[in-house]
Amino acid sequence: MFGEYSLGDLGAIFAMQGFAGLILFSVYVLMALGLAIIFGQMGVINMAHGEFMILGAYMTYLCSGFFQAHLPALFPAYFFVAMALAFVAAGALGMLVEWGLIRHLYKRPLDTLLATWGLSLILQQAYRSIFGAREVGVELPSWMMGSVQATDAIEIPINGLFVMAVTVLITLVVAGLLFASRYGKQVRAVMQNRVMAGAVGIDTGRVDCLTFGLGCGIAGIAGSAFTMIGSTGPTSGQLYIVDTFLIVVFGGAASLMGTIASAFSISQTQSTLEFFLSGSTAKVITLLAVVGILMLRPQGLFTLKVRR
Amino acid sequence: MAENEGGLESALRRRLLMGLAAVPAASLLPRLAQAAGPPTASVNTTGLAVTDTEVTVGILHSVTGTMAISETGAQQAEKLAIEEINAAGGVLGRKIKVIQEDSASDWPTFAEKAKKLLVNDKCAAVMGCWTSASRKAVLPVFEQYNGMLYYPTFYEGLEESKNVIYTGQEATQQILASLDWVAKEKDAKTFFFIGSDYIWPRTSNKIARKHVENVLKGKVVGEEYFPLGHTQFNSVINKIKLTKPNVIFTDVVGGSNVAFYKQLKAAGIDLSKQVLMTISVTEDEIDGIGGENIAGAYACMKYFQSLKNPNNEKFVAAFKKMWGDKTVIGDVTQAAYLGPYLWKLTVEKAGSFDVDKVAAASGGIEFKGAPEGYVRIHPNHHLWSKTRVGRALPNGQFEVVYESADLIEPNPFPKGYQ
Amino acid sequence: MKPKALNDNPFMKPVEWASLALLCVLIFGLLPLALDGFRLNLVGKYLTYAFVALGLVICWGTCGILSLGQGVFFGLGGYCMAMYLKLEASSVENTKIQSTPGIPDFMDWNQITALPWFWKPFHSLPLTLIAVVLVPTLFAFIVGAAMFKRRVGGTYFAIITQAIAAILTILIVGQQGYTGGINGITDLRTLHGWDIRTDTAKTILYFVNGGLLVACVLVAQFVKRSKLGRILVAMRDKEDRVRFSGYGVASFKIFAFCLAAAFAAIGGAMFTLQVGFMSPSFVGIVPSIEMVIYAAVGGRLSLFGAIYGTLLVNWAKTTFSESFPELWLFGLGALFIAVVLAFPDGLAGIWRQHVEPRLTRRAKAAPAALPQGAPAE
Repeated sequence: MFGEYSLGDLGAIFAMQGFAGLILFSVYVLMALGLAIIFGQMGVINMAHGEFMILGAYMTYLCSGFFQAHLPALFPAYFFVAMALAFVAAGALGMLVEWGLIRHLYKRPLDTLLATWGLSLILQQAYRSIFGAREVGVELPSWMMGSVQATDAIEIPINGLFVMAVTVLITLVVAGLLFASRYGKQVRAVMQNRVMAGAVGIDTGRVDCLTFGLGCGIAGIAGSAFTMIGSTGPTSGQLYIVDTFLIVVFGGAASLMGTIASAFSISQTQSTLEFFLSGSTAKVITLLAVVGILMLRPQGLFTLKVRR
Repeated sequence: MAENEGGLESALRRRLLMGLAAVPAASLLPRLAQAAGPPTASVNTTGLAVTDTEVTVGILHSVTGTMAISETGAQQAEKLAIEEINAAGGVLGRKIKVIQEDSASDWPTFAEKAKKLLVNDKCAAVMGCWTSASRKAVLPVFEQYNGMLYYPTFYEGLEESKNVIYTGQEATQQILASLDWVAKEKDAKTFFFIGSDYIWPRTSNKIARKHVENVLKGKVVGEEYFPLGHTQFNSVINKIKLTKPNVIFTDVVGGSNVAFYKQLKAAGIDLSKQVLMTISVTEDEIDGIGGENIAGAYACMKYFQSLKNPNNEKFVAAFKKMWGDKTVIGDVTQAAYLGPYLWKLTVEKAGSFDVDKVAAASGGIEFKGAPEGYVRIHPNHHLWSKTRVGRALPNGQFEVVYESADLIEPNPFPKGYQ
Repeated sequence: MKPKALNDNPFMKPVEWASLALLCVLIFGLLPLALDGFRLNLVGKYLTYAFVALGLVICWGTCGILSLGQGVFFGLGGYCMAMYLKLEASSVENTKIQSTPGIPDFMDWNQITALPWFWKPFHSLPLTLIAVVLVPTLFAFIVGAAMFKRRVGGTYFAIITQAIAAILTILIVGQQGYTGGINGITDLRTLHGWDIRTDTAKTILYFVNGGLLVACVLVAQFVKRSKLGRILVAMRDKEDRVRFSGYGVASFKIFAFCLAAAFAAIGGAMFTLQVGFMSPSFVGIVPSIEMVIYAAVGGRLSLFGAIYGTLLVNWAKTTFSESFPELWLFGLGALFIAVVLAFPDGLAGIWRQHVEPRLTRRAKAAPAALPQGAPAE
């Protein structure tokens, strides 16, 4: 298929394709990070993860409407406000859910799965009642659309760069929180041994609540960022959920590094295959490969060595 | 539009309730009205729900579930048409009574409710369905219980039934003329096909490919399909950049559309320079995509809201009056509006509500009041219609740039394209 | 309840015989008498989901393996049956307008000119009936063996089964020349020359369906009551102890999973026969999770509870989604949460905790009276 193209063309295309893979990687990391924190640190499966993301997207939609109507001068910068709001809204809802629902179920992880699925149905219907069944169009500041002309042939989409920047930032903040702060130490202590952590005076309930809120808040930011590349509707969240879970499981649930590594390998596989094969086939092969590897190595790529 | 949606739904329900309340009141009136139509025994020999004053028609669309987004417009148009027909005196002197069923975006539910409408409610005709899968699910039911279905969506063809009138276009009608146009006007030689992975895009692209290769002597440089709901199109966009097609030809549906056009724009593909032709984006879809993201793209359909003719102006005004100022009208919505009128005209020509007689009388029925202009039913139960090409504007409307000179014959089993 | 000795473990307790009798009366007597053909056909469709719920009671309730991919087995069973029916409906004279007569219409539309090899066995009814059970069970065996031998369980297993459901859906939709794509396999007419679309046929199929369901209940009850069932429960509660006692935990889990798959497959095949088509929308994640909720509402530990749960949830779905489409999703979501939070053992749990003790007390007060109380639900 490359016979008739010049070397320069090919170079440019491979550069852009590599970049497309990186964007997909960032998208995956952003999707999976919140879930990885909740699943990895708390063992809870949050089936409503996609709906928390869409909450972020709807906050962005509301923000864009508000800024257009009342503060048109600040419109170019509204996205940052929207992301902060998305974090706060999704995080607050997450803490509420943890308090009302999840904390009763820590001993029954399979049941959290059903309960959060129920929650996701309720949230979907709530979005439908509030925002309507149709997808909403989120208007973006013009500087965020379009692309940077790197060379004659290479064009880099700005929204892709933006998603990458957000991903890097969030990952660093989360890593900092978990590995360098007092709160992070508490989280890890609770994860490794809940009873002991309680015994040394850690308020495990509070830690759980904060962690769940943090995970949901990050989902909110992800949703907000995804308004640039995807659709915003009551059921859009479901589009992401399987991919997200596979990334987290593939990475090894308890490990942040694992999540990043698995997002990288899955995104690169998929984006390379998509380029050489067709989209549908690429998706199936990627998913099959992931499940195949999981059958051989069910604990995921990276695992924390904990005595059970 | 967001806050209006709830209000819209309740407005809808209120209207339905009013309609239902109005029916008994009407039947209490002195039976003078009955003289307006021929006696029931003569127009209904097969036990349909026809009385001296009213006739029952079913509406079968998804009010809940994923398809509710798409099917809302169609059922709104059907109700508008029925209301107008009733205001003008009904069919053979009988008012149309509507029974609406929610098929909940679930194919077996479509079949179940279709059976209910035909067996329990004895509907004389049913307006409904949207996706091919839902039509395939109800088709055996309509054939077994001998019902009449008016199906509004443009679809892949390869089907013909005595019990179905297809008021949308089949694939060759929609595609061929527009491909000819784009080849001539834009001097297009190379095409790149992108579609969602199911039967309608695949069949449409197959027809388009044969036409491009055999008739236009052009070349298809890529053909790609993505699972429904797919949201990552960067790789295929790179392939487009690599192959530099004259025309990108798309039939991506649903939420994927939004992702596709946003990413296309972000990747620096300027639709005012790169010709993109879609057969799946109507005014309804642009609502979610955002007009600024798709401005400049061409769509080929038989109807656009912006069509300039008296029928359409009247239709658009009536639709907005009934369903709110912010609603938009897409191709399928208009096709759904034709259903009740075509049925009325056919019943009046047949002089009977009997399904067999209606089915037999359908061929040749003409409707001059169609918003899209004059249409006629072909003996194969599809419509003769014009094909138009519209260019998307930033405000979410289309500007019509081409209209086929004549009505195009429907050809659901196209020779040489299979 | 007091622990009882092994030999004091009859196949079914009196109250369970009573439940079975009540179920039979309901399925074979009350419902057919009370409902018209249309509604009865609906109930028949619901009962096909009850097969899946039964399987889940064995594999989730008894053995502790939550599979979120039961739709896969339901779908495979249904597709096997649909392939046979479709071949019969695509006889050469029925399909003479096609460019290749004698193959299913959707293959013809996709330029396939010969029947693919994996469709060929489905010309034969006996082979089809074997395939309906065997194909899904084999698939379950492969998945189960790969996972349980490596000690994958719990939430991981749930998510992986979910991924399998997603993959299979994408595969079926993508390979439309071989599978009918998103439309599924439609327009099925006859079973070995017998028209399945008539009202009489539908009634007969309903009774066949009911009979099979009762048979499956008995099989499941046999498994639960046997020593095997006790090992399954023991594994659910303390897997390591069972393993250290020398049992091959993985094999037992594989067995439970395969049994659940076989039940689901029978349900799928009956679904195809009664509804008249099969499509990928019954394979994916959403139907799979809905089937789990049927079992959860009825009670994940109770075979009868699962059947009543299935009927109740589906009845509610049909009724409420007709009159209050918006409230329905709120209601369903709340139901999930309520069942998990407040009634983890579902309807059967309510019965066992609140109704049965009272009945027992009354029975003790009047020892002459036999325990007649049949569970309402």
